[in-house]
Amino acid sequence: MDWLLLLEVSLAGLGTGGLYALTALAFVMIYKATKVVNLAIGEMLMMGAYFFFAFSAALQLPWWLAMAGAVMGGGLLGAVIERLTIRPLLGKSTLSVFMVTVGLASVFVGVVELVWTADPRALPEFIPRAAVFIGPAFVAPKIFYSFLVAAALIAATLFVLRFWRGGVALRATASDQVAAYAMGINVPRVFSVAWIIAGMIAALAGILVGAIGGISSAMGQFGLSVLVVVIFGGLDSVPGALVGGIVVGLMEALAGTYLGGEYKRLTPFSLLALILIVRPYGLFGTAEIERL
Amino acid sequence: MRIGAAKATYAADEALFDSATQRCWLGVLFTALVCFPFLANAYWLYLAGLVAINVVSVTGLNILTGYTGLVSLGHAAFLGLGAYTVAILEARAGTNFLLNLVVGGGVATIGGLIVGMPSLRVKGLYLAISTIAALFILQFVFYNWVAVTGGSAGLSVPPARLFGLVLDDSFKFYWVIVPLTVLLLFGAANLFRTRIGRAFIAIRDRDISAEVLGIPLLRYKLMSFGLSSFYAGVAGGLWAYFFRSVTPESFPLLLSIFYLAAVIVGGMGTILGGILGAAFMTLVPELLKLIVGWLPIQGDTLVIISPLRTIAFGALIIGFLIFEPNGLAEIWCRVRRFFHLWPFKT
Repeated sequence: MDWLLLLEVSLAGLGTGGLYALTALAFVMIYKATKVVNLAIGEMLMMGAYFFFAFSAALQLPWWLAMAGAVMGGGLLGAVIERLTIRPLLGKSTLSVFMVTVGLASVFVGVVELVWTADPRALPEFIPRAAVFIGPAFVAPKIFYSFLVAAALIAATLFVLRFWRGGVALRATASDQVAAYAMGINVPRVFSVAWIIAGMIAALAGILVGAIGGISSAMGQFGLSVLVVVIFGGLDSVPGALVGGIVVGLMEALAGTYLGGEYKRLTPFSLLALILIVRPYGLFGTAEIERL
Repeated sequence: MRIGAAKATYAADEALFDSATQRCWLGVLFTALVCFPFLANAYWLYLAGLVAINVVSVTGLNILTGYTGLVSLGHAAFLGLGAYTVAILEARAGTNFLLNLVVGGGVATIGGLIVGMPSLRVKGLYLAISTIAALFILQFVFYNWVAVTGGSAGLSVPPARLFGLVLDDSFKFYWVIVPLTVLLLFGAANLFRTRIGRAFIAIRDRDISAEVLGIPLLRYKLMSFGLSSFYAGVAGGLWAYFFRSVTPESFPLLLSIFYLAAVIVGGMGTILGGILGAAFMTLVPELLKLIVGWLPIQGDTLVIISPLRTIAFGALIIGFLIFEPNGLAEIWCRVRRFFHLWPFKT
């Protein structure tokens, strides 16, 4: 057994896991506030990465300006999605809303292929190149810095949710919509805000993912792993999203190294099937009680 | 309700085709189906075959999603199961073509039963996502069980043979594919006049109430999964004979989404919806080609067709869900109602 390899692989997995956790956080935010299962999260990520690509490669902006622009773009995208496609379906069955997001995913993939073609591209370099060592183990600098950014962002988001007025309103809406209305919270605005914040987080995560692996119209696949993460942790649980992200990231890296690349996709989905049979609402999710 | 069509018995009320006019039009439709291959060229025959296969598959998904209310994004996997079974039987055993199709459907049914197993505990969206998991697991098998499935190169399928006749072009295959489709459609339509079909509808409307009324949920949900997968398996088998090759790439998640889109666009929970949705969604790319052809665009238009098609699929799903949740079938009914009630206002 090569312990150093194991350590390096685990660290790489942890790095990806951080990105999963970040994206899963965006997903859970939307789900908690609006009860929408957003299958288009991977595609929102992709749009963010392409915004960054457009700003930095085509408009030649410096990377920090391009990043700010992409995050704004992501937020705007979230707002537009909410206003045009989710708002009209308010009160309809959750399944129709779910399928609308499936449609959205398809639209985004098409738009990217139309504007930027389906060829994979590389984002301009903006992450320091110097090799990073944790103890004896080598970590790819891109993964290391992305993990740091993801962790900082997760902390910031949790902080905002906890102490900002809007964050409190969001949590209030999540726990009881009617009561939130009665207390004078503008619930439709909360929905908008949740989508905007999620869009911004997704855009940032997209830039990080794109910086590591390049961008292409198939980038939305990342969203499928995120889906496993949130199901694993429970759709409405923030700690679940974080734990799930780390676990799935680790498992993918380990399976990819020790079993072979083809197992990378299989393992998380087998885990998902197993979890659903044992705990249908995920590890930390709240079980829904149905009444007639 | 048609004007001047009073029904005196329950049986008359339950009839699939309840008036002389309707039977008349049905006759016209059948004549058109029989005449079509003699009038159409090879390209239209190819499209007709594709539409028929998709009608079978969409009807299968409609049984599960439209009638029983269980959303599945793994439909493509069951198509794949059927297609691979048929390809292997045809190439290795050389058994009869119809038998292969039935066995393909049977294997898909078993797959469906296994995938449907968690459906009692897992509901709604969680179920939809667990079917995605099933799709990926089966895809993994298709890619990596090289000894049986041929890996990513896939399998090639010899043409179907029926009574010594080799069905190697669209014209000959049309005579197998269309009657089979009609048969399966009648099967599905009649299913919902029976106890089982009614149970499915009750489960869709409110599963707990259905259980209170004495419908064993697990058994009926599994039955729905099994039936739906059977249709998918047969469609997959037809697909294998139609394209004469089966590869893992033929059954991606996108195909599942395509079928779900067809069910939504056509109209969930109606047989007519399945037919209209499948035909419409299959012909959308052709329509796009036509429209792009009219536009004054320089260069290679083929490059933009594929992304446009992806956008159109998504936009159709969104548009129909927001503006016409009951789909094309509802539009069709509105038009019909106008004529039925004429000269009164609808």
